[in-house]
Amino acid sequence: MTGANLAARTAPETPGQEVWRALCQNRGALLGLGAIVLIALVALLAPWLAPYHPHLTDNTVFLSPPAWQQGGSLAHVLGTDAIGRDILSRLMHGARLSLFIGLAVVAISMVAGVAIGMLAGYVRGVFEVAVMRAMDVILTLPSLLLAIVIVAILGPGLMNAMLAVAIVCLPHYVRITRAAVIAESGKDYVMAARLSGAGHLRLMLIEILPNCAAPLIVQASLGISTAILDAAALGFLGLGAQPPSPEWGTMLADAREFVVRAWWVVTFPGLAILITVLAFNLLGDGLRDALDPKLKR
Amino acid sequence: MLKFFLTRIGLIIPTFFGMTLLAFVLIRLVPGDPIETLAGERGIDAARHAALLHAYGLDQPLPTQYGIYILKVLHGDLGKSIITQTPVLDEFWALFPATIELALCAMVFALLLGIPAGILAAVKRNSVLDHGVMGAALTGYSMPIFWWGLLLILLFSVLLDWTPVSGRIAVTYFIEPRTGFLLVDSLLSDEPGAFRSVLAHLILPTIVLGTNPLAVVARMTRSAMLEVMGEDYVRTARAKGLPSWRVLGVHALRNALIPVVTVIGLQTGVLFTGAILTETIFSWPGVGKWLIEAIARRDYPVLQGGMLLLGGVVMGVNVLVDVTYGWINPRIRTGSA
Repeated sequence: MTGANLAARTAPETPGQEVWRALCQNRGALLGLGAIVLIALVALLAPWLAPYHPHLTDNTVFLSPPAWQQGGSLAHVLGTDAIGRDILSRLMHGARLSLFIGLAVVAISMVAGVAIGMLAGYVRGVFEVAVMRAMDVILTLPSLLLAIVIVAILGPGLMNAMLAVAIVCLPHYVRITRAAVIAESGKDYVMAARLSGAGHLRLMLIEILPNCAAPLIVQASLGISTAILDAAALGFLGLGAQPPSPEWGTMLADAREFVVRAWWVVTFPGLAILITVLAFNLLGDGLRDALDPKLKR
Repeated sequence: MLKFFLTRIGLIIPTFFGMTLLAFVLIRLVPGDPIETLAGERGIDAARHAALLHAYGLDQPLPTQYGIYILKVLHGDLGKSIITQTPVLDEFWALFPATIELALCAMVFALLLGIPAGILAAVKRNSVLDHGVMGAALTGYSMPIFWWGLLLILLFSVLLDWTPVSGRIAVTYFIEPRTGFLLVDSLLSDEPGAFRSVLAHLILPTIVLGTNPLAVVARMTRSAMLEVMGEDYVRTARAKGLPSWRVLGVHALRNALIPVVTVIGLQTGVLFTGAILTETIFSWPGVGKWLIEAIARRDYPVLQGGMLLLGGVVMGVNVLVDVTYGWINPRIRTGSA
């Protein structure tokens, strides 16, 4: 064995490698990650994978059942809806919307939440008190209720629904960041950076922020599932994405009246929501165990 | 204890004022002013518009308007519904018992199943049973309950014809409202079969609304039990030769339930969120359905008042849980008061 080889073997793992190794030992998390990769691939390739355009109606096949049921055909594997649109194609295109909603909502609330929380934890004083009380107000109100009121005022639509969900999710990021910043600010390495003349921005963004990353990553992965679920609920109530958008919650709202006649128009969109949300929750749970050894049992 | 109680009460005052401010500001973000909203699509001429603005105090500066609003709220005046012209508070109290009844049933359902499931998973840790229970719990936690409700209707109402599809009681019964809780009122009435009908109508909404809390309670009970079972006093109890049911049921469970109490409190908001969806699916005549209908009718006073009232209820329950928590666990009381 050469010296270089030996060094490579004994070199300590980077934090990234450590988390990855812990994640690989968690079967649930791997399953979640696998499902997410699959859904992401379907979403990316939807225009090529989907057999039909999601808005294409066909007046010869209203409410045609899935292929394996009597009366179904392989032309529409998961059947068609009340105006003859192919459900499989709509679900594939809906995956794009759901992943986009999840990522965009988390991005908006995380960026805003980290900025506000960091300022609150760094500046302290009256600003901190005001911010935290405002977050308490948002947390006290039932989340969907606040989102509904916001959308009712801004007007229904996908963008407004996403904004509403992002506002509702905001307090979690603010609280986590503020707590982490306060805990880190008192540590010696921050003092050392301050003494060597680092400015406020450098202290906040380069010294402190990276050390608050772990709880934020966990919250973000769990937050994607909350965002997808809440946006779908708004869609179901008719306040989110508007028809003919193939958003899964909106599809369910359209399908409600056919629940007695056509089980498939109701079953598949909900199953898609459940699988996606479950996958992100599995990954989030796994990440939490991997990033926080204290919680590991 | 009194000091602890007063501190908790003191903490909610700013939150309450924050909530009124939010309700006040949000409603002013509606495009157009309230008079135009009141007039609807018919429109209104300029002179009458100005007169009405003055009559409702809407021509005053915003801080003055907010002051008047706060005074009214503190006197229990939350305005009137634009559509029915009934005070918002009266409408709320008429519908709230239906929501409470549903929420209580859902919570009881969650506790009755969730606590035993959590204990079982903790005792049989890492067994197939543990993985099964925790897998089911995570699925329940990830469940879009509006879809879950539709599936249950499809299975139990449409295919099996076991349960009714919607409402609180069959239309053939007339129950005189005494408490507003139909489970109680139907028992007090002389109508035979009414109680059965109420129970049958409650089953599916209870399962749908209870699914999320059930998952959270099961997960929380499991982790609390695991923590407690590693404590010295549990080992001592085992070493004394106590039977294992006594060690688990009396020594471990009592302490493990402390965090579960907090979870119950935190679930109040989740229950109201779920109630909005559950009531919409099952046409349950509660405040959730009322609020959704208010959106469709652009009834902003109802939205504003309903938000404030539900937020107030959640706040009240949180204080109650805090106080209960301090009562059953003196370490909290002395630590933070």
